[in-house]
Amino acid sequence: MSRHTPLLARYAEGLFWMARYLERVENLARLVDVTQTFEAPGREAESWFGLVRINADEATFAERDIEPSAEAVKRFYLLDPLNPTGIPASLESARFNARTLRPLISTEMWMHLNVFHRDMTQIAPEDLQGDNLSRLCRLIKEGVQTHTGITEGTFFRDQGWLFYQLGRLIERADQTTRLLDIRYHLLVPAAGEERRVAELTQWGAVLRGAAGYHAFRRVAPAGFTPQDVVAFLLTDTAFPRSVLLCVEQMDWLLGQLRSRYGLRGTVPALERSEELRAGLLGRPVERIVADGLHQFLDGVQRDLILLAGEIGTAFFRDWRPLAEPSSQGQSQSA
Amino acid sequence: MQFSPDDPFHDYDQGAYFCELTSPRGDDGATAAAIRARIGAIGLDALRARAAAAETELINLGITFTVYSEAAAIDRILPFDCIPRLVTAAEWTGLEAGVRQRVAALNAFLHDIYHAGHIIRDGTIPAELVYGNANYRPEMKDFPIRFGTYVHICGTDIVRDAAGTFMVLEDNARTPSGVSYVVENRHLMSRAFPDLMAGMKLRPVDDYGRRLLEAMAEIAPEGVMDPQVVLLSPGIYNSAYFEHVFLAREMGVPLVEGPDLVVEDDRVYMRTTAGRRPVHTIYRRIGDDFLDPTVFRAESLLGVPGLIGAWRRGTVTLANAVGTGVADDKAVYAYMPRIIRYYLGEEAILPNVETHICREPEGLAYTLDRLDQLVVKPVGESGGYGITIGPRASAAQLAAARAALIADPSNWISQPVISLSVGPTLTEQGIRPRHLDLRPFAVTGRDTWVLPGGLSRVAMKEGSLVVNSSQGGGSKDTWVLDTEATP
Repeated sequence: MSRHTPLLARYAEGLFWMARYLERVENLARLVDVTQTFEAPGREAESWFGLVRINADEATFAERDIEPSAEAVKRFYLLDPLNPTGIPASLESARFNARTLRPLISTEMWMHLNVFHRDMTQIAPEDLQGDNLSRLCRLIKEGVQTHTGITEGTFFRDQGWLFYQLGRLIERADQTTRLLDIRYHLLVPAAGEERRVAELTQWGAVLRGAAGYHAFRRVAPAGFTPQDVVAFLLTDTAFPRSVLLCVEQMDWLLGQLRSRYGLRGTVPALERSEELRAGLLGRPVERIVADGLHQFLDGVQRDLILLAGEIGTAFFRDWRPLAEPSSQGQSQSA
Repeated sequence: MQFSPDDPFHDYDQGAYFCELTSPRGDDGATAAAIRARIGAIGLDALRARAAAAETELINLGITFTVYSEAAAIDRILPFDCIPRLVTAAEWTGLEAGVRQRVAALNAFLHDIYHAGHIIRDGTIPAELVYGNANYRPEMKDFPIRFGTYVHICGTDIVRDAAGTFMVLEDNARTPSGVSYVVENRHLMSRAFPDLMAGMKLRPVDDYGRRLLEAMAEIAPEGVMDPQVVLLSPGIYNSAYFEHVFLAREMGVPLVEGPDLVVEDDRVYMRTTAGRRPVHTIYRRIGDDFLDPTVFRAESLLGVPGLIGAWRRGTVTLANAVGTGVADDKAVYAYMPRIIRYYLGEEAILPNVETHICREPEGLAYTLDRLDQLVVKPVGESGGYGITIGPRASAAQLAAARAALIADPSNWISQPVISLSVGPTLTEQGIRPRHLDLRPFAVTGRDTWVLPGGLSRVAMKEGSLVVNSSQGGGSKDTWVLDTEATP
């Protein structure tokens, strides 16, 4: 009997952002965890500053005159409510959106998020110490995963769900490119066997950060190369966090919005996702790496920003303009 | 009946008040006795543990309201008392009829004062009290209203004196709140106290959303086949936001904020992902002043420019209508028995509390003479603000009230202190009597339907007579018995 009910533009926007912020929280927890696990003894500060580079927060660090120590980086992402790219601010934004969405989302989704948010506001400096940090990261990941599970099982799948998924997948694809980019920023010994071992360890860390290490081992050739890792994270459509899988799912979601709900505003966004796909598949990965992985990933991130912009312009923007895209294009005016 | 010292009621003393559980009333008292016995079986410790768990659940669910009287806005739950308030079937029959009668009179009165004004010309009520009232809206003059229903949602505050007589303390004809707690309290009781409820034949409260939506569809502009209803809220910072969410969900309609709506060519649309979609009925939870900046307060950002124009053109209906505040004014309240008689030719089923109007010299003199015995209330306020309870006030408070009365008599009314009835309530000391009131909710489209029961608000502080949530009041589940049969 399903009758298509109209969806308020404000709700579509709120769902998109709520999902995005939560996806970011989960990914950030993964990054912190993996940084902790693979921090180079004696060079902890450098290892942790990699996290700042991934999130393009070097400028904020400089502006606020924060000393780039391991401790400062952890606090910046886990405790500092004023850091818009950190976990407290992202969770705050997710809950803010959820609050405006209470008429639409399931009671269980709201209740979990309300409690999760409250628990996370209790994070104290000692939770970042020693083995507490890893436990904290696990709690954060599980918090978002619980949200995901509740959403899967309880959220009505009309067009609101499509906007929710779009926000989530854009963020996920973006985060995977950032994770890959970590490699670009890592410090490696100049040459020789030492370099080869260091590289392998680092790529392993990147894969673990994406929860893809074991899957990669299953599908990768015995003597795998860095290119194999890049190809896996960018284009393996069996891997939940690969950029290509995210793009293909967004394609499907946009197609659903158009065919089932008659939203013709999806056309420019569909063109963008087509371009993204072409960019990912247009060149062999060896070529991408040779031409410069960092530049390529930058390009993908820009395309994702444009894609989000097309969705915002078509469906959200006439009522509440998005803020000027920040360096990450992920801010939302509240 | 003997109670052992283990029984939580063994030291319960209702005092000189009517008790909603233990005082004898028209029925055989078997249900009340069963409730007492069951609470006894649960025991005080388990009762406290379950009540605490129930309150935690309210916090987790975000069933909260916001208090602004302090330095910051703080989210609070409405304290929940787990011992239900009982209304017998016979009591409810009278209450329901009384509420219906009251709503009918309020609507007739509003229609009259915004049209010919017979009641004023006949001298039944002073013109100044109506036309000089801050809540009278000249914009509403001769405004066409479907079915003559101005007050679609009405909350009637009812108290009970020491003799057990129900009386109306106040009408709430603007945007009364609290109905969400009626339904949520029942759900909470079913989850936390299934053993207390087992077999009880209670009138259900789940029907509110469906009834409300039905009424909202009825009042939509004529000729609209499948009307789009929305709930207009000031947004998440409003103290009653949870209730707005609740109502939108129960009706299955969008909760919109001012900027979600746009008026073009005297038609109201909402902004959706598929562009603009027409809107036909707006259950608005925004005060009159903020509805339309082109008609009322120009600086309002909560409202929708052009909304009143569209309403006047008949393309959209607002519930409640604008300008209903004149009918629930505390000064007009004093005339309600006469208003009922005037329009309906009937005596009031539910009496008023005796009220002295300080704008009238006799009323002022009477009040000033007995300030220490009376309750003095400002006419324009709600939420229990600005009230002085004579017998409980300090000399300084009485002096302040006297000065305020003399400075602006017409802003005040006074009433005798009513010995509000009590209900057994779980406190730190055990089960103790606490004062309470009752707010039934009436929904009117073409006809009036009254939600069985209503919100029982309870003053959680010992001896306190102020039940308002903004003043630390809590609530109880209200059980209206379906028949006089015992479980």
